[in-house]
Amino acid sequence: MAAAAGLALLSLAACNRAPPPAPKTYQVTIANMAYGPTPSGLRTGDVIEWVNNDIFQHTATAKDGSFDVDLPPQAHARTVLKAPGVVAFYCRYHPGMTGKLVVAG
Amino acid sequence: MIRRTLLAAAAFALTLSGAALAQAAKPNDAQIAHIAYTAGVIDIAAAKQALKKSHNKQVLDFANEMVRDHTAVNDKALALVKKLGVTPQDNPTSQSLKAAGDAKLKDFAKLSGKAFDKAYANNEVAYHKAVNGALQTTLIPDAKNAELKSLLQTGLKLFTEHQHHAEMLAAGLK
Ligand SMILES: [Cu+2]
Repeated sequence: MAAAAGLALLSLAACNRAPPPAPKTYQVTIANMAYGPTPSGLRTGDVIEWVNNDIFQHTATAKDGSFDVDLPPQAHARTVLKAPGVVAFYCRYHPGMTGKLVVAG
Repeated sequence: MIRRTLLAAAAFALTLSGAALAQAAKPNDAQIAHIAYTAGVIDIAAAKQALKKSHNKQVLDFANEMVRDHTAVNDKALALVKKLGVTPQDNPTSQSLKAAGDAKLKDFAKLSGKAFDKAYANNEVAYHKAVNGALQTTLIPDAKNAELKSLLQTGLKLFTEHQHHAEMLAAGLK
């Protein structure tokens, strides 16, 4: 029992020393005049792939100015998350469309 | 001029929500499709006038958005009526909408510069508000076909966003 716990701890420690996980890509889909849910567990270096499935053109525009992506219908576009923090975003054309990315270090 | 514009906007809102819709008591789907399509066409015509007359970047951006969004939703509406085998049917509401829209174009043709920008922005607020009211109280509840109802609901979301955007635009022009 104790040995098993010790092993688990050891492997956890090994994990901590390992290089940071490779960046992941997450999709955020726009449909019907709204952003779909934003992923949790985002880390610096991860990529958001915006997918506009709506018939209207939208944008994904960060309130802090860190990104501003134009998204015509059917467009895919990528945003690399460069810094940790909470980034609120909205659509420049339809300002009632909003969302939030929570990025860990 | 401002008073005239306000009056016209009020008269227009009245036309939409009151007399004409009551007169066309319970429009059928073919009429509802026609009204919604006409509402889009009118806003596109207003935007095209703005694109010709305005020199203000915010106004031009807004007008481009109106052309783009209303064209998209109207294309979708055309595809839907075609699929449903429905022919959009002209009706008194569409006619009064069209008449009011044409009167606006004529009024605004006489304006230029900031006066035009303000008149356009204020009218866009009033217009989208009026159409939203009509969608909520009449067009959406009365639509029988589920796909038409759903498209009108998308239209309501769109018009609501446009109303907010128009309010921001109008506030910025003060
Ligand atoms: Cu948008």
